[in-house]
Amino acid sequence: MKALKIMVGLGVVAALLPVATDNPTHLNLAILVLMAAQLGVAWNLLGGYAGQVSLGHAAFYGLGAYTSTMLLLNFGINPWLGMLLGGVVAALLSLGFGWSCFRLKGHYFAMATIAVAEIVQIVFTNWDYAGSAVGLTIPMTQRGWGAMVFADKAPYYWLALGLLVLTLLANWAVERSHIGYYLRAIKDEPDAARSIGINIARYKQIALSLSAFFTALGGSLYAQKELYIDPNSVLSTALSIKMALVAILGGVGTLFGPVIGSVVLTTIEELTRSFFGGGGRGTDTIIYAALIIGIAVFYPSGVIGWFREWQQRRKTKQSAPAESKNAPVREASVEEVAP
Amino acid sequence: MSLLELHGVTKRFGGLTANQDVSFTVDAGQIVGLIGPNGAGKTTAFNCVAGFYAPTSGRIELDGKTISGLTPEACARAGVGRTFQVARTFTSMTACENVMAAALLHERRVGAARAEALKLLAFVNLDHFADKPAGSMTISEQRRLAVARALATVPKLLLMDEVMAGLNPSEVREMVKVVLAIRERGIACLIVEHVLEGIMPIADKIVVLDRGIKIADGTPTEVSRNPAVISAYLGDA
Repeated sequence: MKALKIMVGLGVVAALLPVATDNPTHLNLAILVLMAAQLGVAWNLLGGYAGQVSLGHAAFYGLGAYTSTMLLLNFGINPWLGMLLGGVVAALLSLGFGWSCFRLKGHYFAMATIAVAEIVQIVFTNWDYAGSAVGLTIPMTQRGWGAMVFADKAPYYWLALGLLVLTLLANWAVERSHIGYYLRAIKDEPDAARSIGINIARYKQIALSLSAFFTALGGSLYAQKELYIDPNSVLSTALSIKMALVAILGGVGTLFGPVIGSVVLTTIEELTRSFFGGGGRGTDTIIYAALIIGIAVFYPSGVIGWFREWQQRRKTKQSAPAESKNAPVREASVEEVAP
Repeated sequence: MSLLELHGVTKRFGGLTANQDVSFTVDAGQIVGLIGPNGAGKTTAFNCVAGFYAPTSGRIELDGKTISGLTPEACARAGVGRTFQVARTFTSMTACENVMAAALLHERRVGAARAEALKLLAFVNLDHFADKPAGSMTISEQRRLAVARALATVPKLLLMDEVMAGLNPSEVREMVKVVLAIRERGIACLIVEHVLEGIMPIADKIVVLDRGIKIADGTPTEVSRNPAVISAYLGDA
């Protein structure tokens, strides 16, 4: 209950942020954080809970962005509906993605996902109807909530926040249902999971389809925010890596891990970009790489894992003097005043 | 009709014949020990029954229905529970969650699955460890946890692969108690075991494999007097 209150409180504070600041740079950073967090949370369904590390999720992001944009430009379909259809298209195509990639395990699975995403990127780069390498532009003729196009940043902020909350709720529901237990079982011991009657192919696919659906929603939102998409901005490999990194940095298989990961990573990314300016092109990539190495070596369980370890250590430290009657009184009192 | 029937099961891996024409039965509520020297093909036969291998030829029936060639998950649904040589507990979960994951096969409501899991943890004498991460349990505790997890799928037949290996004498006694209690529940047990002093006193029947071939089956007393068994274990005199 306490955790719920804290979350609702944080949500309210987050929702009021655009009222507190009218600095577009700060608001834009906040939007980027929320959008990256949403992608990390969506990625986490497959990569975190089920332990199937995908480095091809940009394919779903791009499918979402392209579906809603092409439906809008060619058939005048409302972007809200287009966004939903984009999610459905991505979830359907994830069946082929899963069929081809789930034959492989571990690193081989990750490599296959890169290949599939590359194929999608090449198709869109060469597909004239989808704007090929030039990309697609959404006109600003219609504005407002109906058209999901706005002149200022605040509505995009609320949209990104709403989408993040929706994705978190979906993850929470999965985590608490039998699917959540099954995905963790598959991640820990696939053979044992099969021995207790879990059809692991089916549950991996369920995780992938859900993950693809929410990733595509993020892609549609990106298209509506930037009003311009091309294969490089919504289908690039770097984007796939970022989705994975956000979740891994924060803590895989935890509800809020990717949110924390996104705050840290996006802030670093934007700071280095503004700090090094045009002369520092690629600096953010160097920092990505350094982060990956750092996490792999020192904190494989991410920021959340590190925090839990620290809490555990503090707990055992606190309970040790209480359990032992011989513990010096002075030490016990020191522990009590510690935060 | 017996609960489990193997009819001429043969399993080949390339040129290696791990099981050659193996036939035996397990009756409902029986404890059957599957023994034999290293490399006799015990685990292969076991994996055929659990669906992890499809026999090259021959047929396996559970309750009159053919289960050979089914996937492991289909075998679990049909009523075959199993444990592994290494416990293979879900180490990122607590003991209770391990058993819940299995109980969810027949009970999709998480709350009810938890209640069932707690009952089974008490059954294997691990109830005070319900919230302990499975990864931090001892080998003996993890073995019993794996048994509780297999029981949560509501099996008719429980396959146990060397559940007593590497345990100290008091841990073996504890495991023996659990196995006897499982039979009390009417669940048949097929046990692959190296620890003969653990299995011989409790088994209703012993099946002996040597180099992939069944060389004897019968009560523990009959089998231990069988010359073929003695020579398989001790070598020809």
